[in-house]
Amino acid sequence: MATAETHWREPVIGPEQNYATVSEHLSDLVLVQRTPLWWYAGFGVSMLLFLWLVVAAVYLLANGIGVWGVNIPVAWGWALANYVWWIGIASGGTFISSLFYLVGADWRNGVNRFAESLTLFAAAAAGLMPIFHLGRQGLFYWLFPYPSVMGIWPQFRSPLLWDFFALLCYILNSIVFWYIGLIPDCATLRDRATTRRAQIFYGLLALGWRGSARHWRNYKIVYLVMAGFMAPMVVSVHSIVGLDFAAGIAAGWHSTQWPPYFFIGALYSGWASTLLLMIPIRRLYRLERIVTERHIEVIAKLMLATGLMLAYCYALEAFQPFYRGDQAERDAYLYGAFGAHAGSFWVRNSLNIFLPQLLWIPALRRNRVLLVLLSFGIVVGMWFERFNFVVTALAHDYIPSYWFTFSATIWDEGILYGSIGLVLAGFFLFIRLLPVVSMFELREVIRRKERA
Amino acid sequence: MSGETESAYGLIGAFADPHAAVAMARHLRRDGFRRFEIYSPLPLEETNEFIAKEPRNWLALIMFAAAIGGVVIGFVMQYVIAVIGYPINIGGRPLNSWPAFIPVAWEICALFTVYIGFAAFLAFCRLPKLYHPVFNAPGFERASQDRIFLCVETRDPRFDNQQLQSMFHEHRAVAIGEVPL
Repeated sequence: MATAETHWREPVIGPEQNYATVSEHLSDLVLVQRTPLWWYAGFGVSMLLFLWLVVAAVYLLANGIGVWGVNIPVAWGWALANYVWWIGIASGGTFISSLFYLVGADWRNGVNRFAESLTLFAAAAAGLMPIFHLGRQGLFYWLFPYPSVMGIWPQFRSPLLWDFFALLCYILNSIVFWYIGLIPDCATLRDRATTRRAQIFYGLLALGWRGSARHWRNYKIVYLVMAGFMAPMVVSVHSIVGLDFAAGIAAGWHSTQWPPYFFIGALYSGWASTLLLMIPIRRLYRLERIVTERHIEVIAKLMLATGLMLAYCYALEAFQPFYRGDQAERDAYLYGAFGAHAGSFWVRNSLNIFLPQLLWIPALRRNRVLLVLLSFGIVVGMWFERFNFVVTALAHDYIPSYWFTFSATIWDEGILYGSIGLVLAGFFLFIRLLPVVSMFELREVIRRKERA
Repeated sequence: MSGETESAYGLIGAFADPHAAVAMARHLRRDGFRRFEIYSPLPLEETNEFIAKEPRNWLALIMFAAAIGGVVIGFVMQYVIAVIGYPINIGGRPLNSWPAFIPVAWEICALFTVYIGFAAFLAFCRLPKLYHPVFNAPGFERASQDRIFLCVETRDPRFDNQQLQSMFHEHRAVAIGEVPL
């Protein structure tokens, strides 16, 4: 066992890398390299998708949510599935950054910047969904506890309001957590920039960072405490999303298992989306010596482990309605598995549970093409999981006369695909303007390795 | 002290090896120097010993206070709204249903900690401060890349250009220069 482990122990950074090479390589990608063709192509496609979001959103705001497939009883449709999906994708990045910082995993430093940036844009996309979903979007500020002339206040016993606070605080905190990690790297870019414009841009972002002993000491303290808060925060955020459903009385929703179920699913889609973006960028930016096989291997293993936890959740989800013996719950589960939306149920099982079992085999785990495909499958599968979960419980409630078959419209699709454009466009801007891997953390990794 | 160093901010040396810079700093401290600073492209835990001993770690304490403040404010807000501002009697359940107030109190606690912590971090680092004399030092742009810099300020009562020059040489500084004010 131990020998097998040491046999496959790729270094977390190429042995020839030193302080100068990582600074050069990563800042030249931003400062010197001419914008590559694939970037224009990717950014262009993303912006087209984003345009789709703008059109769909304007149409939605002008006409109301009746343009979607939602109706009573299926009042929560794609927008809620998108919401849960995006917030799940966001969670993975924060978890890599914070939890694996706290446990001191050395592989974290190669991937946390990618993952955190994805978090930022995914959380922003998630935040749009509930607002779109309000019947009167302009009144979303009613969620804030402010002294209104109507004399009414938000209901703080409702998980939906918890969710509003959780998401708002999470997005705000993610911005600072991401930005504070960038400050020393912006100082490097400022110092390496040759054009006046770049010097001013990165100089402002760096806030005058000098890297003095006092700066670093304060930095380490504040980053450690922030990481200590972000890790439990991300657990709470997605658990509260699960509670939105658990507090509802629809058959199939009213169960205490959803907070961990949702959180595990969130991590799963977070790892998958991180790999999905990391593997191509690693190749396009020639980062093989910085984001090594080891990083990919670790995340692939995490994905396998999380997938097994999710399989347990799915099994529990199937077990509980039958164990409890509630007719309506049993029917709702069977409707989800074999009813009008059975396709999404089996897609989710195949892409999230069955296919990722290939990752047990080391050779397949190291096949990057397969890994990208599996990750893509998981990201897609997680959307179908969310869709199946949100829609089938509502479509098959207690009273048979209430049953309903949901079907989406093109405006549902516009919001989903458009939000993907929003996230990818943001991500493309990030990889063009900022170092994709944290340079000062790589220097720390190099120093630790030298001293070891 | 020569005339030209009067108008300078300090004397700076660049090191390729963190050990050499730290050894020089220890030497300076032994000799009674007080006003010197290490600039490095990565955190060096050895440099903590050169920061003036503070009785308490104020940054961490401020973040702790922010966390407590966030919980208290978050909880009191919910209590006031649910019990006083808009009491709803649902089947005689208590108005102060405190377990339901924990999640929002926690989120506000995290928000306060991160934001007040960030503000306090900037304040303790005296940032943002886009201009600092040390940026005038020749080659200082490598302080954020691959060199460790040690700057002794002319304000230090023991500052002596000649002695410091030889000290930098002794500790294998790869470059020595004056920092204009």
